[in-house]
Amino acid sequence: MSASADSPSQERPRSVVRSLLRLWPYVRPVRVRLFTAAFVAVIASCLSLVIPLVLKWLVDGPVAGRDPGGVWLGGALLLGLGVLEAVLFGFRRWLVARPLAGVEAAMRSAFYRRLQRLPVSFHDRWPSGQLLSRATTDLQLVRMFLAFPLTFLLVNGTTIAVGFVILLLQDWLLGLVLLAPVIPLVVLCSLFETKYSKVARTAQDQVGDLTTVVEEGVLGIRIIKGFGRNRSQARAFATLSRSLRSTELRKARLLAGLWALIMALPELAIGAALVLGTLQVADGTLSAGTLVAFLSTALALRWPVESIGFLIAMSNDSATATDRFFEVMDEPEAAQGDARASAPRTESVREDGLRFEGVEFAYPDSPADVPPVLRGVDLHIRHGETLALVGATGSGKTTLTALVPRLHETTRGRITLDGADITGLTRARLRELVAVAFEEPTLFSATAAENVLMGMEGGGPAELDRALGVAQAGFVRNLPAGAATEVGEQGLSLSGGQRQRLALARAVVGGPRFLVLDDPLSALDVHTEALVEAALREVLATTTALVVAHRPSTVLLADRVALLSGGRISAVGTHHELLHTSAEYRTLMSGSPQEGHGPSALLPADAPTVRPAHGHEGRPAR
Amino acid sequence: MTTAPTGLPVEEDGRPEPPPPEVPADQDTLPAPPGASRALLGSLLSPRRGRVLVAAVLLLLQQGAVQAGPLLVAFAIDRAVPALRSGVYGPLAAVAAGYALCALASGGLQYAFVRSSARVSQDVLLDLRDRIFRHAQVLSLDFHEQYTSGRLISRATTDVESLRELLNEGLEELLAVCLSIVYITGLLFYLDWGLGAAALVSFVPLQRMVRSFQRRSARVYSKRSTAIAAVIVKFTETMNGIRPVQAFRRERANDAHFDELNGRHERVNGDAILEMARYVVSSRLIANTAVAAIVLWGAYRVASGGLALGVLAAAVLYLRRLYDPIDRLGMFLNSYQSAAASLEKIAGLLAQRPSVPEPACPRPLPPRPARAPGREVVFEGVSFAYRTGAEVLPRFDLTLPAGRTTAVVGTTGAGKSTLVKVLARFYDPTGGRVLLDGVDLRDLATSELRRGVVMVTQEAFLFSGTVAENISIGRPDATRDEIEAAAKAIGAHDFIAALPDGYDTDVRKRGGRISAGQRQLVAFARALLADPGVLILDEATSSLDIPGERAVQRAMDTVLQGRTAVVIAHRLSTVEIADRVLVMSDGRIVEDGTPQELVAGSGRFARLHQAWRDSLV
Repeated sequence: MSASADSPSQERPRSVVRSLLRLWPYVRPVRVRLFTAAFVAVIASCLSLVIPLVLKWLVDGPVAGRDPGGVWLGGALLLGLGVLEAVLFGFRRWLVARPLAGVEAAMRSAFYRRLQRLPVSFHDRWPSGQLLSRATTDLQLVRMFLAFPLTFLLVNGTTIAVGFVILLLQDWLLGLVLLAPVIPLVVLCSLFETKYSKVARTAQDQVGDLTTVVEEGVLGIRIIKGFGRNRSQARAFATLSRSLRSTELRKARLLAGLWALIMALPELAIGAALVLGTLQVADGTLSAGTLVAFLSTALALRWPVESIGFLIAMSNDSATATDRFFEVMDEPEAAQGDARASAPRTESVREDGLRFEGVEFAYPDSPADVPPVLRGVDLHIRHGETLALVGATGSGKTTLTALVPRLHETTRGRITLDGADITGLTRARLRELVAVAFEEPTLFSATAAENVLMGMEGGGPAELDRALGVAQAGFVRNLPAGAATEVGEQGLSLSGGQRQRLALARAVVGGPRFLVLDDPLSALDVHTEALVEAALREVLATTTALVVAHRPSTVLLADRVALLSGGRISAVGTHHELLHTSAEYRTLMSGSPQEGHGPSALLPADAPTVRPAHGHEGRPAR
Repeated sequence: MTTAPTGLPVEEDGRPEPPPPEVPADQDTLPAPPGASRALLGSLLSPRRGRVLVAAVLLLLQQGAVQAGPLLVAFAIDRAVPALRSGVYGPLAAVAAGYALCALASGGLQYAFVRSSARVSQDVLLDLRDRIFRHAQVLSLDFHEQYTSGRLISRATTDVESLRELLNEGLEELLAVCLSIVYITGLLFYLDWGLGAAALVSFVPLQRMVRSFQRRSARVYSKRSTAIAAVIVKFTETMNGIRPVQAFRRERANDAHFDELNGRHERVNGDAILEMARYVVSSRLIANTAVAAIVLWGAYRVASGGLALGVLAAAVLYLRRLYDPIDRLGMFLNSYQSAAASLEKIAGLLAQRPSVPEPACPRPLPPRPARAPGREVVFEGVSFAYRTGAEVLPRFDLTLPAGRTTAVVGTTGAGKSTLVKVLARFYDPTGGRVLLDGVDLRDLATSELRRGVVMVTQEAFLFSGTVAENISIGRPDATRDEIEAAAKAIGAHDFIAALPDGYDTDVRKRGGRISAGQRQLVAFARALLADPGVLILDEATSSLDIPGERAVQRAMDTVLQGRTAVVIAHRLSTVEIADRVLVMSDGRIVEDGTPQELVAGSGRFARLHQAWRDSLV
């Protein structure tokens, strides 16, 4: 993620501009206001330059000539210009205030949208702290850039140019003296820029890393507390924040040097001009008023010249921020279906079920010498059938389930739903057909009801009740506000088992055509598990389902079982068959092959295995 | 350190504290004592008093050098010109030398100032970040369960960031502004007291304007920082739950919700910028009017012969500079307001006292001989209720003898988790006390407590870093051999060795590449390595397949030998390795005995066990 490494430094000066130019699409909608504002700013700054001229006229004319009427006129002129300047300043800010807040918001919104649509493999790679710091700090920087450095580089550039024209017109020799430091300043600034942008990038990346540690410190708080690791965690944090500090100090050192030069050089030139000017006034070749006006103009130019330093620094920071923004925006969005030309647009075969054909999968960033997780999975789940997927820990079961809703893309081979290649379907359509319950049940900050009904467009209370019934999630009714209780990150925290049941309800609520359940009952106690299984059986009867199972009880929900081993399906059959034919399966189901549980000790697959232990409690109402 | 930050009262005496104040953690800003944010800023700056002073002096000198310019101009016009006309070059040489000196000094002093002030601000930020992070780590779990992770993260990131802006730019601005105003006013007085007095008068309306700006912008900034926090919460939640987001096509609904929050921030953000615009207009207006008035008056006096021309020239130059910093004062106020809003939130967070506080004078655990059978746990008249008043555990007594493994079973919500959380001191009991080898848990320092009690929770979160690092969370000083031994004992070695870099494989974000079952194995290895006096396992085998579970059980069987352990098991197979079983229902222990006794009986456990035997094919 440290893309700073691959940007050669000699390209830097031009790439700052190029980076910033990429902002154009977002700036475009507000371009009229932005340009008007810049124009207004130029006018206002020129006014600031005219004021010294009025002063000169005042000193040389009415004051020297002891003309009270002229003094009044000059005063009125000065006041008028001052008021105009103030109004223009305000007008400029008013012009851009809302539009630029809008640009920041639009960029953030685009960023969020893009992130939501980037494949899961992207999110596996990018810690969310890094993403967050891009969405907040970096975008704020970009807005600041558009509000100030962008306008003021233009305005101050113009002001400096106009100012020097005025200076040269007044006295070309003094003007040239003042101009002298410009060239060394420009050279030094560009040298500075190269160095500074590198350090700035490092600092921003370090902020991202720091955010990640903060996030982990908060999300993993139970473990940290459980092991009393507060201190070592704090130490890790301190190390990172110390290195951020030293980067920031390096930044400050560079900045300090630039500041010093920018302050000292023009001041030296002004001093030289003063000495020369004084000589000329003594000779009588220059009026005192002209010298005052001249120096006043030169002083008025000081801020524009001084500001160039921090304007450049800010532009640099913003260019880095822009790069970091586009680094994410440039990630290819997951293809929206019809992506592979090779995917034959097979007319969907009704009721063909779910098929895996030669499916291979390797994580995009896994090293070349590591064999793919899945190495040719062929599997057919018939229409209406429930197939249990069994395999050792880490055999790739969860990965396989993630391929169906295209959370990950198959590296080779294809998956079809009722004969249609899933890559030929739009993601929205695909995910409408396939409902998933994840092993790790995540609830969102919303009511319990909303969390469940996410699984179904336009579902109502009836569907909600049915789904809660299937998942044995009757506890919802006992929450403080029933199904309208806020849960998730911002609401009530539920236990693992409760979350799992809500997630299961979410998966089944829409009566999906295809159902993928990743070990859906792992966090339930035996009693609840039995009840859920009984209810789930009815749902499974009407859908085509792939169920990852760790336990015999879950396996028994299925019509057939597939054993995933070594990246392939090594055996398919009924539970009973596999117990007889596959030693590996036997091991997986009973713990250890050498232990006493021979097949004969196991119940036949068709036996009524789910018997409520004590039927008087908590039976579903239906 | 786990002590409360300076300036905040620490009153723990180990006694059962009064019920902590209702934490309205659903609010973004937690209640803090009045003036807490100022006290916080003070406590951050005061250790660096010396450095702040140095920076201030540097700036003082620098401003002196910068502001000398017009004085030299006046000198040149009024003294050097007449001197030159009479052939004396001395005054001109003085002007030249003075100007050169001032130019070099202002550059050099600026350099020194920027560096020393950066040092101060970076140190303050380092300190503040550390405090927030440490404090967040110290706060109890119930706080974390209410205050969302997104909010905590935004405290430690955006809120600190706004303080950074204040320190980096704002403080320098403020100092420079104040100094230059004082200097210039002083110089004006020196030049002509009438002009000085006139300039001073103009500060009356300016001051009023600044005040009203300050009031209005305080409101806006506090709103803005709340708005951005809401955006962050939503953002974090989406990115952490990206799988279900995509699988359930939440993208559009999320877009809409995010746009709403983002739009709210946009509006408040716009308000804040406009507030600033208003400030700039009014300050310029006042300043320019004042300049015009003073110049007019000065010119009138020169015309009537009451003022030297050079003095007016210098005064005019100074006047232009006098009001320039007012704009910058606005920028300072700007960053001050947003920093103040952030500081208030940070102070509110730091003012939260952990409901599970550190003891004031910690007691050590009695030493545990190398082969001692773990530690003894006694619950003495313990009861537990949530703050809302709902009683979870009615008063009970329980002794867990050293070296015995106790299984706790019961349906969801029976109080098992609460029981072990009280034992692990994630919560303090509402009544009674929990003794570990005779020492009240509340008297143990965190480090001591965690040597005594370790809990493996259901969520097997992995931190970024390598697998080895994740295991060694259990005991950071463990050698690689010890780490591998723990992994082998739990049956995790094989899969770890098969990872691309073995134990040095980076687990990346939330263990993306390591399956849930494998993560649980890592969590177990962690606990094994920690080798605590009491080990608590909470539902920890749920994601393991049967061989994995068996491997863990076999390991546990040997590992738990001679160790005090409490196991919450949803799988009754886990219970088989226990010496004793507690069956809980509605917060009460309803059955207590060896597994054999309970199976032979006719209670709940016997029925549960029967159901389990049925489900176990």
